[in-house]
Amino acid sequence: MNATIARLTWRSLLGRRRAVLLMVLPAILLILAVMFRVFQGADADNAAFLLGIFGVPFLIPLLGLIAGTGSIGPEIDDGSIVYVLAKPLSRYKIVVTKLVVAIVVMIAFGVLPILAAGYVLANGTSKVAIGYAAGSFAAGITYCALFLLLAVMTRNAVVTGLLYVLVWESAVGTFVPGAQALSIQQWGMAITEKIIGAPAEDLRATSPVGLTTAVVLLIVLFVGTTAYAGYRLRSIRLTSDE
Amino acid sequence: MTADSPLSMRLDGVSRWYGNVVAVNDVTMEIKAGVTGLLGPNGAGKSTLIHLMSGFLAPSSGTVTLHGQPTWHNEPIYRRIGLVPEREAMYDGVTGWQFVLYNAQLHQLKQPKEAAARAIDTVEMADAANRDIGTYSKGMKQRIKMATALVHDPDVLLLDEPFNGMDPRQRMQLMDLLHDLGERGRVVLFSSHILEEVEQIAGSIEVMVAGRHAASGDFREIRRLMTERPHQYTIRSSDDRTLAAALIADGSTSGVELQPGVLNVQATDYARFAHQLPAFARAHGVRLFEVSPADESLEKVFSYLVAR
Repeated sequence: MNATIARLTWRSLLGRRRAVLLMVLPAILLILAVMFRVFQGADADNAAFLLGIFGVPFLIPLLGLIAGTGSIGPEIDDGSIVYVLAKPLSRYKIVVTKLVVAIVVMIAFGVLPILAAGYVLANGTSKVAIGYAAGSFAAGITYCALFLLLAVMTRNAVVTGLLYVLVWESAVGTFVPGAQALSIQQWGMAITEKIIGAPAEDLRATSPVGLTTAVVLLIVLFVGTTAYAGYRLRSIRLTSDE
Repeated sequence: MTADSPLSMRLDGVSRWYGNVVAVNDVTMEIKAGVTGLLGPNGAGKSTLIHLMSGFLAPSSGTVTLHGQPTWHNEPIYRRIGLVPEREAMYDGVTGWQFVLYNAQLHQLKQPKEAAARAIDTVEMADAANRDIGTYSKGMKQRIKMATALVHDPDVLLLDEPFNGMDPRQRMQLMDLLHDLGERGRVVLFSSHILEEVEQIAGSIEVMVAGRHAASGDFREIRRLMTERPHQYTIRSSDDRTLAAALIADGSTSGVELQPGVLNVQATDYARFAHQLPAFARAHGVRLFEVSPADESLEKVFSYLVAR
């Protein structure tokens, strides 16, 4: 970790219009949770429904995309990354620092709102809130690592990431059973299912992927993409006007 | 290379290509202590060369070393290198002071605040240091970039087109600063496409043209080569044919071409041609309507050096 890089990344992530976008998504989730609670009362079924259609497939991957790419992409695009790279610092340390900042953003704007929405809706009596928050955390940090790598590899990281989230996870993953096994969202859901326990089936909070497989895949992808991002950052080519 | 040998940046047979495009072609040069100007027209490969020297680009072939150490994939080398990039982008919403301080902290200096203050003083930006960088003029941004490059007191300073956008006063200040750094034994290399800019401060010049190392050495020698090159002139007069005959008979030209309404002349002895042309015109009763250099594009001047 490097405190200065973390500070610069934090400024960059919460600067411009990203901060608004980061706050809008969890705000919508919390408003919906309060409305459900007011009009339909506390219910684990409602919690699983809202978190299952908005929190897990929408809020977490989009936040991962914004935080993961935003932690390094803009600096690469405008060339200001040169001020960090022209220093005697390990590229892996730079990547890890930026990833930690992205994860903090993910927790603050994604995982904690999901936990809060779960408690608001499920009244704190079931494991739904904890289950969804834990699954979202596991999936969220993996999204951050994956999209950070994308930002290092391509200038079209946001578009590529959106295609993955919308086309692969949401469309293909929904209709093609085999594709679900290669979905970060489903790996996170395996953790959610395990924590919720027996009621998960009734709440439709299940995953086609086994827990062990999901955890292993999450760890492999998280560590692998982080290490590869550091490796790619060592050889990154800065654009020139020439 | 021993630890006691003089500091230098060496490029040995360095080429860099992107697919089929060769940006830098078999360049061998040594940049020693003092101020060196990297001169060449736009697109000549100057920025590519600076990226290679600063470790941001791998040579496709050859080696780039600083004091015997490769610059590519060698992060510790940045303790010795200060880089002033051509691009203006810096971090949003920070003051000049914060920006230089962050750079000092990223270098993990023991006394970052003192180092930042010293660097800001060096570039004479203390008065504006607490202003947001976004409010700076181009020249001020350039000076703050200089401060970030100087904050760790590097042995080597690489500057990519540092004078772009500077007003004459700022230009003079930066020239004095670079000259001073060179005098103190630093290796200072800056790129430019303007000869006058280079010759004011650079003790030596490396000329790049179309990716090739065209010339190297003292600026006076390169200036002489440039001045003595054949100059193309377009002349319009009351009697082009008579003037052409007189000029070709004189040793100052190597060729004339008569076209309808215009006379193209290639002067090999620029000084003599400039003196003889009005004399011939007067002697033959020819009125000169227009005499203009036809071949003064920088690219052609540099290309001439390559051909040499």
